Amino acid sequence: MKDFRLEVFKKASLCRNFENILYEKVQEKLIKFPVYLSAGQEFIAATISEKISELNISPDIFIQHRGHSTYLSFGGSIDELIDELLGRKTGCALGMGGSASIQCKKKNIYGHDGLMGNQVPIGVGACFASKCPTIVFVGDSAAEEDYCLSAIGWASTKNLPILFVVEDNNLSILTEKKVRRNWEMHDVAKGMQVKSFNISDDPLIINKHLQNVFDFPLLLNINTVRKFWHAGAGTDGENFDRYEEELKYFGDEGNAIDKYNKNLVLDAWQRQLEKQ
Amino acid sequence: MAKTVRETIKDLTRHHLLEKKSMCFGQCLTAVGWVGGTLPELYEDDGMVEVTTADVANGGFVVGAALKGIRPIYVVRYQGFQWYNAPIIVNYACKSKEIWGIPCPIFVRSIAMEGAIGPVAGSSHHSLFQRMPGSKIISPMTPNEYDFAYKEFMRDDDVYYVSEHRRSYDNNKEFENIIENGADFTLFPISITRFDAEKARIILKEQGYSINIIHQLWIKPFVFKNEWREALNQSKHGGMVLDDDYEEGAASSIAHSMMIDSEKKVYTYGLEHRTAGFHPDVDNLPPSPELIADRVKTIINK
Ligand SMILES: Cc1ncc(C[n+]2csc(CCOP(=O)(O)OP(=O)(O)O)c2C)c(N)n1
Ligand SMILES: [Mg+2]
Repeated sequence: MKDFRLEVFKKASLCRNFENILYEKVQEKLIKFPVYLSAGQEFIAATISEKISELNISPDIFIQHRGHSTYLSFGGSIDELIDELLGRKTGCALGMGGSASIQCKKKNIYGHDGLMGNQVPIGVGACFASKCPTIVFVGDSAAEEDYCLSAIGWASTKNLPILFVVEDNNLSILTEKKVRRNWEMHDVAKGMQVKSFNISDDPLIINKHLQNVFDFPLLLNINTVRKFWHAGAGTDGENFDRYEEELKYFGDEGNAIDKYNKNLVLDAWQRQLEKQ
Repeated sequence: MAKTVRETIKDLTRHHLLEKKSMCFGQCLTAVGWVGGTLPELYEDDGMVEVTTADVANGGFVVGAALKGIRPIYVVRYQGFQWYNAPIIVNYACKSKEIWGIPCPIFVRSIAMEGAIGPVAGSSHHSLFQRMPGSKIISPMTPNEYDFAYKEFMRDDDVYYVSEHRRSYDNNKEFENIIENGADFTLFPISITRFDAEKARIILKEQGYSINIIHQLWIKPFVFKNEWREALNQSKHGGMVLDDDYEEGAASSIAHSMMIDSEKKVYTYGLEHRTAGFHPDVDNLPPSPELIADRVKTIINK
């Protein structure tokens, strides 16, 4: 039996190291367009993708602009992501997508066009047409878009096999949720007859709430902590960091995984940069 | 009896859903009237999909369905509603092929109508879709043209904005271009103005003017055919693009393309640049045959 928590950590570790190294590349100005780092939030996609691989299905995945961890967790190629960030035709979005609009056809990951939240109605429409398992990732701010809310309502009306994941880092750029609204996504979704939960990004808790995923529309509002700025390289100060917690929990094994992934990402960058 | 435009759309929709196993999305499709009788009486199991009243999201649902490769039809009952229906279509579906190499073809049936329907619903709204790469705009007014539009869409992978007009639904005739030697003027009518351009031509002919009519089916991409350029260059007083949208959009853009590629001036005539009211005194309609004739005479006699 695989240790679920460990498998999630392995994925999260790849994501974290990818973002840490990319952070340096952005600081070095190797990349000059906005880069949306997902460090701090990686356990969400890592956990869901681990659950999906256990279920042995390959759902359609609609990602948001802060999507590197989703892309990597669901098996997107690291080389193609680096090429994309370098603006190459060999990139995962033909060099057009930068950081915000990445995709992976092989893994059914559909790109985001930069208009916050439109992946929600698009994902719902795709799910309606296919009737196949579909996952939609959306930020806590993008979820406020009127078209997101009505799309969740229609998914409920049509009883679609869809999972909505609200990556709730409490921020819209730097504006906190309490400034923007006095309601919560899981309450609204409940009002639309969608099974909804407000939970932390602890992998075991997320997993517990995925028991009947795709049997009916499900919304998880997952509270998480963004490590870096909204875009570009910088931090908002010291905050809770689940990666550090899990690293500590796994001790030497965790450190070895972390080191392995760091080298894997460094090698990938070197390989891709030498390709020029 | 030749088929009407209405029957043509209905038959193509039935074929698209039942043979091609696609879907047709829209609001209140299955209600009384079936969108001016242009839809077959089919329901969700057949692919006729009633969406919510959330127009922006609805556009997104159709984009999602198109990403799954089903080439959906999307019915927008008044072109003015495109302001809420177009955003996700023009920003995602039109760009998907370029950004991600994934075509997202949608057949957007956008229906125009004027007269006593007030400030938002009426007229054609071509420019909304015209500005975005990845869209094509066609305005079929005859059965054969509609059939052609559908077939073009089925062998293409772009978003099609099919600009319809309710007044064309009863039509069962085809249009032919009229090009005469030594004509005084050439009309390039779009959409419903094509019917009125023909009437204007008769009025003008009775008054001794010779007028060419070159029907505009494609709005985007606009291709200026050699034969049209020659006809324009031979027209003594140039030409005029007619539209039932504001002139400051597709009509001006087409006129501009014609002018830089010909020796003649090309004028535009469409809606007045003001908001339409409900009462006939304050409505804003496409130019009538009489108004077209008057405008042409004014230009010729300048
Ligand atoms: C339609 C639209 N409105 C506004 C924006 C500007 N914008 C870019 S990112 C962002 C905040 C997104 O926050 P959230 O959805 O919570 O995701 P996060 O960045 O926190 O991961 C906004 C408002 C946009 N890109 N698109
Ligand atoms: Mg946020």
